[in-house]
Amino acid sequence: MAIQLTVNGRKHEVDVEPDTPLLWVLRDTLGLTGTKYGCGIAQCGACTVHVDGMAMRSCVAPVGDYEGSEITTIEGVSGKTAQAVQTAWQQLDVVQCGYCQSGQVMTAIALLSEIDKPSDADIDAGLAGNICRCATYHRIRAAVHEAARLMEA
Amino acid sequence: MFAIKRDLPRPSRRQFLVGAAAAGAGLTIGFHVPMGPASRALAADTANPINAYLRIGPDGTVTVLSAHMDGGQGIYTGVATLVAEELDADWSQVRVEGVAGNPKLYGNLTWGGAVQGTGGSSSVPSSWERYRHAGAIARAMLVEAAAQEWGVPAGEVQVARGVISHASGKSAGFGELADRAAGVTPRAEVKLKDPSAWVHIGNENLRRLDSVAKTTGAQQFPIDVRLPGMLTAVLARPPLFGAKASSFDAAAAMQIKGVVDVVETPRGVAVVARDTWSAIKGRDALRVVWDESAAETRSSADLMAQYKELARSGKVATARNEGDIARALSGAAQVLEAAFEFPYLAHAAMEPLDAVARFEDGTLEIWAGHQMPDLYQTVGAQIMGIEPARVKLHVMTPGGFFGRRAVPDADVIVEVVSVLKATGAKAPVKVLWTREDDTKGGRYRPMYYHTIKAGLDAEGNPVAWQHRIVGQSILAGTPFESMVGKNSVDPTSVEGASNLPYAVPNILVDLVTTDVKVPVLWWRSVGSTHTAYSTEVFIDQLAQAADRDPVEFRRRLLRDHPRHLGVLNLVAEKAGWDKPLPEGRFRGVAVHESFNTYVAQVAEISLRDDGGIRVERVVCAVDCGIPINPDIIKAQMEGGIGFGLGAILKGEITLNGGRVEQTNFDTYRMLTIEEMPWVEVHIVPSTESPTGVGEPGVPPIGPAVANAVYAATGKQTQVLPFSRHDFRTA
Repeated sequence: MAIQLTVNGRKHEVDVEPDTPLLWVLRDTLGLTGTKYGCGIAQCGACTVHVDGMAMRSCVAPVGDYEGSEITTIEGVSGKTAQAVQTAWQQLDVVQCGYCQSGQVMTAIALLSEIDKPSDADIDAGLAGNICRCATYHRIRAAVHEAARLMEA
Repeated sequence: MFAIKRDLPRPSRRQFLVGAAAAGAGLTIGFHVPMGPASRALAADTANPINAYLRIGPDGTVTVLSAHMDGGQGIYTGVATLVAEELDADWSQVRVEGVAGNPKLYGNLTWGGAVQGTGGSSSVPSSWERYRHAGAIARAMLVEAAAQEWGVPAGEVQVARGVISHASGKSAGFGELADRAAGVTPRAEVKLKDPSAWVHIGNENLRRLDSVAKTTGAQQFPIDVRLPGMLTAVLARPPLFGAKASSFDAAAAMQIKGVVDVVETPRGVAVVARDTWSAIKGRDALRVVWDESAAETRSSADLMAQYKELARSGKVATARNEGDIARALSGAAQVLEAAFEFPYLAHAAMEPLDAVARFEDGTLEIWAGHQMPDLYQTVGAQIMGIEPARVKLHVMTPGGFFGRRAVPDADVIVEVVSVLKATGAKAPVKVLWTREDDTKGGRYRPMYYHTIKAGLDAEGNPVAWQHRIVGQSILAGTPFESMVGKNSVDPTSVEGASNLPYAVPNILVDLVTTDVKVPVLWWRSVGSTHTAYSTEVFIDQLAQAADRDPVEFRRRLLRDHPRHLGVLNLVAEKAGWDKPLPEGRFRGVAVHESFNTYVAQVAEISLRDDGGIRVERVVCAVDCGIPINPDIIKAQMEGGIGFGLGAILKGEITLNGGRVEQTNFDTYRMLTIEEMPWVEVHIVPSTESPTGVGEPGVPPIGPAVANAVYAATGKQTQVLPFSRHDFRTA
């Protein structure tokens, strides 16, 4: 059945079952592969997107529930906070394999949108649901602090 | 199905492959990989580096062709650094692509150059001479081209930061001279730069080449491959190791919208659909009857009980025997003993296994994380019934690998090509493992049981060390079986134990190899994942019995091992080992060499109220020879510490009646950011040839943390993971 979706500011009509997870619609139907599959049960955060500005796990989100929502993926994220996070990530060379990093970046943007100067504890709590198997956590913490500093400057 | 020939002739350096077996559909491949330092002579294969190791585009872009896959460890940036250094390229003009299909050019030089591969932290030692020579020869070709173009002596042409120039004022970018340079006869001998002239090697400020793509969603992983008309397959695999499908009913699966086919492969039944979600739903609906008559049905507890019995009565193969262990133990003033239990561990890379294949115009293409490309090329060719030369591999950057993409039975490659063939190769096919498939799919770090017995003399000096290891062989039954020594010792079972560096006059290290149907595999740092733990934890027990400080005790025993001593001394200094700790903090140390890289770590912990521990801070010292990319070395140590810590704190795959009990990240749990300690890494300055850093950061963290717990509680942690224990002292 046809479902109306707004992704990265563009309207799409997709012909999928309404129980299909948003993740697979983004990846397979719309070709937005920056959002990653990691677990399928909202345990790793690799599939994190923004829905109306809030970070959400797309792997357990039935697409039928998101008609009328503003969905933003890593490909479409923009603005001062996003730019600060991506710049900080690049300056500190946070990434290793990079597979989880779309989700890390999306979650960090959402965190900094709520708390402009997060402490280590805020960062740990905010990103606890995003697994990085390369364990780049040490640099993720530093990069979130750096992004906060960049936004202030 | 696949039969692996047992007694393979040892192929010569260039003849790694023993061709397809004549009989039936059997697949017969043999590799012998002579491990050792890279040979300088072999590096001279680089006759003409242009199009072999690098391309120079008309716009001046230098594309380095990497013989090694990058799954995050940073080797693409590493080989680019080596080429850019000798080529005098500007960092901004450098790109890297994976390449495969010609072992003469890309054979791993630490494996004798016979096969291409990424593993054993060998990419840097294999690349050190090869890629610097490639850069230097290409530079000489550009210089000669400029000399011809400008009519000046080649000796007067300068190259710096991507610009070729002459004192007369003439200058050009690489792109302008690339065509002419390609026609220049490459020089066989070139002089490499003196280290004092390096601008890229050792430069801490050089950034990774993949940071932008990996923070914007642009990086293409195998899972992201999309081809016109491509179908996606998800397989139902046997629920028990050693079981196989006896029949299946595809009717319900075929009812799922989007499912187009259900086909049988040698590794399971594949549901093929137009998209991933339909394939997953189709597999849920599929009914398969499994023949479990030959399956492994033991539980982890049964296996460990049998391993303990085998430690007493099993068939023992000797890995190292020096002095007279029995006499030394009977004459010792004190004898100490310990036994260690290690669980199976899954690699659990963030990107589950996947691959894409297409067959068009007689050519098979495979997109995947090709950790062992020559093997996969051969396997693909044999399944399709074509010549290996008609198989083109696209080397992708997978989302982590940790050893899991180098599989002797070529699991996902066999699956994707088999599904492609079974569906008539009508459309390209992607095979995706779900997280559950990945967790339950075997190829684990083997379960092990260790016993160690040591004797101290009256002054507290170790005089005897007897170490027995019980567990499955990783190499047995694989194309690499000929690497198992004449003494029947699989080197991957004992590495890190058989080369114990401590000065003990009487040493016996031996092995009992077990027979279990759980498929096992190398897991980031391989043998050292367990041998570093048992040896370094037991050394602390000896230090305690000798009433000596753990660092001081090690120093005396490492007097003939300057590089072990170097990292130990550096880590002790940087961690402030001689200074008191804050209230409630405890620390432990460990030092271990793996893959010729030396690492020492000091872990500081505190005890939590709930009986767990918190690792607060880790100080790490590493000696990997000349540091090529210092920031990547640091990143690999940080990541290795986190990877190793997750495993010892809570990593375990367990079997119940042969069934894997863990399924996903809710039951096979990963380290989270909340559990990540503060880490600081110090690199030992060195002029030794560089060695790898992908794995050696992993082994010391477990014993360093265990030794900190020992300092805190007086209790040795001998059964892993730590989540099985309550460390409350009260």
